[in-house]
Amino acid sequence: MSLLVQSMRMLARDWRAGELRVLAGALVVAVASVTSVGFFADRVSQALVRDAHQLLGADLVMVADHAWAPAMRAEIERRGLRGAQAYNFISMAQVGAGDAMRGQLAGVKAVTGNYPLRGKLRTAPALNRPDAPTAAGPARGTVWMEERLISALEAPVGSRIRLGRSEFEVAAVLTLEPERSANFFNIAPRLMMHHEDVPATGLIQPGSRIWYYLYAAGAREPLAAFEAWARERLGRGERIDTLESGRPEVVASIDRAQRFLGLTALLAAVLAGVAIALGARRFVERHLDGCAVMRCLGATQSRLLSLHALEFLVLGAVASALGCAMGYVAQEAIAGALADLMRATLPVPGPLPALQGFLVGLVLLLGFALPPLVQLKNVPAVRVIRRESGTLQGGTLATYATGFGALGALLVWQAGDLRLGLIVVGGFVVALAAFAVVAWVALRMVSSPVVARRVGAGSLALRYGLSNLRRHARGNAIQVASLSVGLTAVLLLGITRNDLVDAWRRAAPPDAPNRFVIGIQPDQLEGVKRYFAEHGIVAPDLYPMVRARLTQVNGRAVSSDDFQDERARRMVEREFNLSYADELPGHNVIEAGRWWTKGQGDPPRELSVETGIARTLGWKLDDVLTFTVGGEAFSARIASLRKLRWDSMKVNFFVMTPPELLKPFPASFITAFRLPEDKEKAMNGLTAAYPNLTVVDVGAAVRQAQGVIDQLIAAVQFVFLFALGAGLLVLYSALVATEDERRREAAVMRVYGASRAQVIGSQRVEFLAMGLLAGVLATAGAAAIGQLLARRVFELDLPPAPALLVAGPLAGLALLALNAWLSSRTVLRASPALTLRDSV
Amino acid sequence: MTSETSAREKAPSGRNDDLVLRAQGIGKTVKSGDRDLVILRDIDLSVTPGEAVAVVGASGSGKSTLLAILAGLDTPSTGSVALEGTDLFAIDEDARAELRGRLVGFVFQSFQLLPALSALENVMLPLELAGDPGAAAAARAMLERVGLGERTHHAPRHLSGGEQQRVALARAFVVRPKLLLADEPTGSLDAESGAAVIELMFSLNRESGATLIMVTHDESLAARCDRVVRLAAGRMLA
Repeated sequence: MSLLVQSMRMLARDWRAGELRVLAGALVVAVASVTSVGFFADRVSQALVRDAHQLLGADLVMVADHAWAPAMRAEIERRGLRGAQAYNFISMAQVGAGDAMRGQLAGVKAVTGNYPLRGKLRTAPALNRPDAPTAAGPARGTVWMEERLISALEAPVGSRIRLGRSEFEVAAVLTLEPERSANFFNIAPRLMMHHEDVPATGLIQPGSRIWYYLYAAGAREPLAAFEAWARERLGRGERIDTLESGRPEVVASIDRAQRFLGLTALLAAVLAGVAIALGARRFVERHLDGCAVMRCLGATQSRLLSLHALEFLVLGAVASALGCAMGYVAQEAIAGALADLMRATLPVPGPLPALQGFLVGLVLLLGFALPPLVQLKNVPAVRVIRRESGTLQGGTLATYATGFGALGALLVWQAGDLRLGLIVVGGFVVALAAFAVVAWVALRMVSSPVVARRVGAGSLALRYGLSNLRRHARGNAIQVASLSVGLTAVLLLGITRNDLVDAWRRAAPPDAPNRFVIGIQPDQLEGVKRYFAEHGIVAPDLYPMVRARLTQVNGRAVSSDDFQDERARRMVEREFNLSYADELPGHNVIEAGRWWTKGQGDPPRELSVETGIARTLGWKLDDVLTFTVGGEAFSARIASLRKLRWDSMKVNFFVMTPPELLKPFPASFITAFRLPEDKEKAMNGLTAAYPNLTVVDVGAAVRQAQGVIDQLIAAVQFVFLFALGAGLLVLYSALVATEDERRREAAVMRVYGASRAQVIGSQRVEFLAMGLLAGVLATAGAAAIGQLLARRVFELDLPPAPALLVAGPLAGLALLALNAWLSSRTVLRASPALTLRDSV
Repeated sequence: MTSETSAREKAPSGRNDDLVLRAQGIGKTVKSGDRDLVILRDIDLSVTPGEAVAVVGASGSGKSTLLAILAGLDTPSTGSVALEGTDLFAIDEDARAELRGRLVGFVFQSFQLLPALSALENVMLPLELAGDPGAAAAARAMLERVGLGERTHHAPRHLSGGEQQRVALARAFVVRPKLLLADEPTGSLDAESGAAVIELMFSLNRESGATLIMVTHDESLAARCDRVVRLAAGRMLA
């Protein structure tokens, strides 16, 4: 009989006998949870990338300082992508005539009717009225203007303004524009008009400083193909903006979100490993006799192993496929339930999560089922006669080395991040070993004869339960360790779900600045501060800003040709905004080197540089940079590298110097602050008093960014909830794994006169003590791993959570109490006579 | 299966004081698929103190089921069992367990020692359940009596089959039972260990003055008992 046929028969028999159901169930749930997380995460991250593109107004933005070749526009259409165009330029908007004429520089953006391709424009019918999204850009002959421009020009909705040679009606207040947040600096208040109205204004002349924008959006593949095609054909003064190059703060948020989702998938996989180890152990325990018989009948060890391995392989394939299907259905249901919350339609998931889930199932099954399966082949034939020979060895850590190895590789693959994967795998391996040792010692201590006699003097159940802990110390220690690992995962999800998410929220707090004021002249500082004080607005920090061009690094002239990276090339070509300060800004952290100390001898010629830009441009500590400001050069050494919180929405500078170095140069000041909603009008007064100031309303942009972040959190929380459910199932399978032994024990106890209360009582004492221990261990483990993750991976401060200290042990107790209740039901339902006969 | 049998007729008290055990009209029927399978039919059995009764019969004749019912481990479909005058199925399962713990000792074919407990702990189990403060000393003495005084801390898996059954005998006799129920006590043992275990069982039985009901298919073993009850297809042969 061929091996396959025989193992299929065994599979069918074991299935009928119900031997494989716990195992298969654990596997299906595990794979379903992994894949539903995978599918859902795939869709969310696709949606995330797509929605984050709303901040660009498209998936791909192409910018040039001259008109784009018609071939480029044609290619967008030819590839089935949607395209839009815009002109950006600065121009004077005017109202009135003669002495009453007022003008204000406006950042004009002329767009085609279908702009933006991603995200929405929002307009309000008048100042300080609620806004709403719009379906299309401004109609021909009309303009939309930002609040600041309307205030400055005193041109309310319905009035008329002049732009070049044309006159337009002000049709709406522009409250939100996707791209606006892309660059806070140097932007004049926005005026938006129709693309086809531009020629009539006569504003486009040779030598005019105009930026020509091409936008593209569509499916991932043709878009990527177009981007590749276009990049090869980029000429001088032409560039492609993508999310990565455009917005560091958005990239930071997405990166974090992907780590969160990845972590959740990792934990689901860890839980699966625990469930499968327990299920396989039970399977093997129940097959020792059968294998001994087969050995008697002439089966070789290798044949026994091949038969069972094949049986498991087929089971794994079928269960994994079922799990994938369930995962797909589950994520559909999840997405449906969350449709409103998500506020975005999710793209169709790719096939990769299914493949991953399938492999996860197989790898987990073989990784965690193989070690006990190998023991099956070692069963001595004499067990047929002497049942006590060849009993199953305890699941030592070493036997699960393959499982953890496989899991580790899998986790690293799923995380797509070696560090994160290793932290999770390492954490759990260390936790499991430590848990087992601590649990063993604790169980022996708690149940020492002295303690048992003293504590249990009045109650047989208590005394017997405690004695049982000692008698089963080894098995119980493994049990407690497994439960602790599962519970650690669950608690870790609890912490990450609440505390890490809270910490993340705090990183972009609701009181994040919503206004930037740019271009404050030194002689206006006092007046501006007074204005803020008079209007009851919390006095903001004012940062000096000096525009400088980088000319040399370590004495060598810098050119954009030195760099491959697009972002690096652009940074080098642009002017830098430098700032100076005595003290390190509160939201900055020194990563390397040191911040200068004030007033010690000669002013230090030092710089502090943001780590990201240092990496991009290849700068190291002690490199000497040379900048020119208005034709005058200065050099300084990089003394420290700073880490910034881009998503804090505070004023951030790539390069800072001590005050002495930059003070001689002309500077303007910039500030970011939170303007309370009831003080909106105060800003109109500020711009009226200081017409040269540019007030950037970042409130809308912050809301937009927070909308994206909130959406992420909703998804992450849901994904966590799902993995939590999987964790609970794993804990239940741990109970089922010891059910046989407990039932037999209860039967023998009852034969010898134990009452139901005594049987239940002793089990309860045992379970509750184990639950408390597992809960305490898991609390410690989760707190430690949570801190590690927060500090090393997410770079967040995670305050200790007192709730966890209570919730952890309580969760352990509650779960084991539930288990004890379930267990006593099955244990007592069976007739002792039948139980004893079954176990013969 | 419920253990409550309050609807059943109560055994008249006082009348059976001279019997350790009185079973009347025991029948046992189980569902097997669509049809009822009769395992035991109308069994009457009375056992006097100190008597040794062998229950013999072919495999499947219902011997072990009868023994389980006599011990109150299983419930009959019809009939009643009075142990020391108490109707086993007129009281609840906990009361039956308490009665068993006080009056009955068991020896099983497959020993039924708890693998996690040492030999001593296995013997202590029924005493501990009864709340006997001298459990350890009594168990140790009993193990010495069965010749395992040196092996008190061995786990069952480190003992031979014969030794395990001796531990089981020690466990059965440590409570000084009025009634010893033995289910094929030598069934899992080779001839030599089986003979030694039987000798030990009979001598312990004599010493304690317990009543013995033993299920066996070994005729020579049955012949050593005072009385032999034969079962065939669930019926008691005259």
